[in-house]
Amino acid sequence: MLPVVPSVLLILLFLAAPILWSFHASFTNAALTGRNARNPAWTGVENYVRLLGDSAFPAAVVLTVVFVAASAVVGQNMLGLLIAGLMTRARRPVAAVVGTAVVAAWVLPEIVAAFAAYAYFSKDGTLNQVLGGAGMAGADWLYAYPMVAVVLANIWRGTAFSMLVYRAALADVPQDISEAALMDGAAGWQRLVFITLPLIRSSIATNLMLVTLQTLAVFTLIWVMTAGGPSNASTTLPVLAYQEAFKFGDIGYGTAIASVLIVLGLVFGIAYVRLLRGDKR
Amino acid sequence: MHRPAKFLVALFCATALVATSACSAEQPAAENKTLKIVYQKTDSFTALDTLFKDAKKDFEAANQGTTVDLQPIEANDDDYGTKLSLALRSAETAPDVFYEDTFKVRSDVDAGYLLKLDGYLEKWSDWKLYNEAAKAAGTGDDGGIYAVPLGTDTRAIWYNKTVLQKAGITVPWQPRNWDEILEAARKMKAADPSLVPFNMYAGKATGEGTVMQSFYELLYGTDSELYDQQEKKWVVGSQGFKDSLTFLKTLYDEGLAVTPAEALDANVWKKVFGEWLPKGKMGATVEGSYTPSFWQKGGNYEWAGYADDMGVAKFPTQRGQEPGGVSMSGGWTLAVGADSKNPDLAFKFLSEALSKKNSLAFTVSGSQIAVRTDVAAEPEYLAANPFVKDVSELVSVTHYRPATADYPRISAAVQVATEAVITGALSPQEAAAQYDKTVKDLVGDAKVVQK
Repeated sequence: MLPVVPSVLLILLFLAAPILWSFHASFTNAALTGRNARNPAWTGVENYVRLLGDSAFPAAVVLTVVFVAASAVVGQNMLGLLIAGLMTRARRPVAAVVGTAVVAAWVLPEIVAAFAAYAYFSKDGTLNQVLGGAGMAGADWLYAYPMVAVVLANIWRGTAFSMLVYRAALADVPQDISEAALMDGAAGWQRLVFITLPLIRSSIATNLMLVTLQTLAVFTLIWVMTAGGPSNASTTLPVLAYQEAFKFGDIGYGTAIASVLIVLGLVFGIAYVRLLRGDKR
Repeated sequence: MHRPAKFLVALFCATALVATSACSAEQPAAENKTLKIVYQKTDSFTALDTLFKDAKKDFEAANQGTTVDLQPIEANDDDYGTKLSLALRSAETAPDVFYEDTFKVRSDVDAGYLLKLDGYLEKWSDWKLYNEAAKAAGTGDDGGIYAVPLGTDTRAIWYNKTVLQKAGITVPWQPRNWDEILEAARKMKAADPSLVPFNMYAGKATGEGTVMQSFYELLYGTDSELYDQQEKKWVVGSQGFKDSLTFLKTLYDEGLAVTPAEALDANVWKKVFGEWLPKGKMGATVEGSYTPSFWQKGGNYEWAGYADDMGVAKFPTQRGQEPGGVSMSGGWTLAVGADSKNPDLAFKFLSEALSKKNSLAFTVSGSQIAVRTDVAAEPEYLAANPFVKDVSELVSVTHYRPATADYPRISAAVQVATEAVITGALSPQEAAAQYDKTVKDLVGDAKVVQK
């Protein structure tokens, strides 16, 4: 519990004001233009009632959960742990090269990373040219498999964070416990499951919390790569909220979607905190 | 935990304080006035930037103590509109003079963002030189004038003569109805299967391009319409809507247009202008009168041969019924912010930015259709590109979007319908039914009419 507290406090501090404003706006008919632009009226839960009847909304919730589960919880988290684990054993130059390559995607500004991913997956992009060079026919990834493309792009972009967290955590695992286990005849996987993972448990929870919240909010990457298309096939909640609030100028409705996103973030957050507490018994 | 939090709060407040005091220090003193000008600028659209830079130089020289603060926003049309609306929401950030899309004028007047210009226009001698359609473009629902147009545009079929001739079609080509378009496109496809014979945009990715340069040319050429101007109601259940979707489906299903995947890429228009038409890989497309601005010297996709290789035809009505052609018009205006602290000075800047000299330069370099009669009569305007006369004549068959506050959502619903049809997700009948339902949900049963 304790290691998560500072991050939660910081997030609350810097997001509290916008969140409160957004929550308030979701109960009004605030708009970007038109009659309600400057004098929005209180409309109660009308926006939320409309959400329930909007066919695009449940689809966006499902896509958001899939996106977070596939790219953050499984992708970034597992891959980051794997790379960090391998790096503790790798020779120094190898570790340095791998580390730089992974971190490179992370230090790019999001918009640059998004365009790089677009250039990679687009029809005449790098991936298809490489495949073509190898004699294989590619596909139009962004059109045929938009969710796969954005999930892979987000794993590529975000794995560095998990890797850095786990490298620090693994460095703190006392060697002697591992060695003692080795003496007792514990196999590699046994040492991982019974020694290493329990020791870095709090890092895992913190990392899961942070990558989940970051990924829930991913907008630029998806917007640049697919703009939520084709036919809403990659419209996650942030994309839907943006479209409603800024493309259609319906700020009240857009902030209602954003509020749902916040609730979703809370659900994930509470789940992780519970998980951590349960383990400590 | 408490100490860092307190420190952060304190830091935050301190920063906010510094920021506010810095802002108030910039408030213009009595004689030092600042005008904030917001407009759009992109890699391929610099004509307006040039206009404002010239106007700034002249205006600052003539009005000592006045600073013109130019704030170009580098974004596409949609994002520019969003950024501008956000700035207009608060009196502190609202610009004094800004570049405003004609189809946003009404809803922004509703929002109270624009200053009524009637009193100023009466005293401005150049105002009587604007043609009537242009004056209407800046009118709000109350009949007052809130914006002064910079130029307008029309839409037409742009075709590559060489590609058509190879398929045995005589040029100049002028289809008289929809079937003749399909017939010509099929001929081109037969002559060279690798061609894109006749492209029309579809789907959400191309945004307003999908409706302005494709769907409305079809719909307004049927016996139906999008919006009943007299009753002020949205039309649902019309045969013309289904026919228009069916036409798009035919184009895409038979491979006469680009592939659906290409159509759903927001950058498809760049390939149309930059690659397919110049390289003879596309027979024809429906595009705006500003098309030559991409190809002429200094344009984004310079192509010296366009004047000889390209031809322009008006888009026909469904069965060739009167008036025989269809076009859509939009265009952009300049407006004064309702919260401007120096409205007189702001209008003065607006009127000088739109002087005959500036208007002519902008109209020519931006391939606009002139809205000032004195500019329209200039030889330099008529000689700007070989197609000025053709596209200017389309003003007689043109339509304007019903730009009410509901319009952006209705337009999006149309785009969704086209996307569903070209990807095969829905049949034209199903897509039209879905559109009808969306419209009813959006505006309410009282504001729709079954036709």
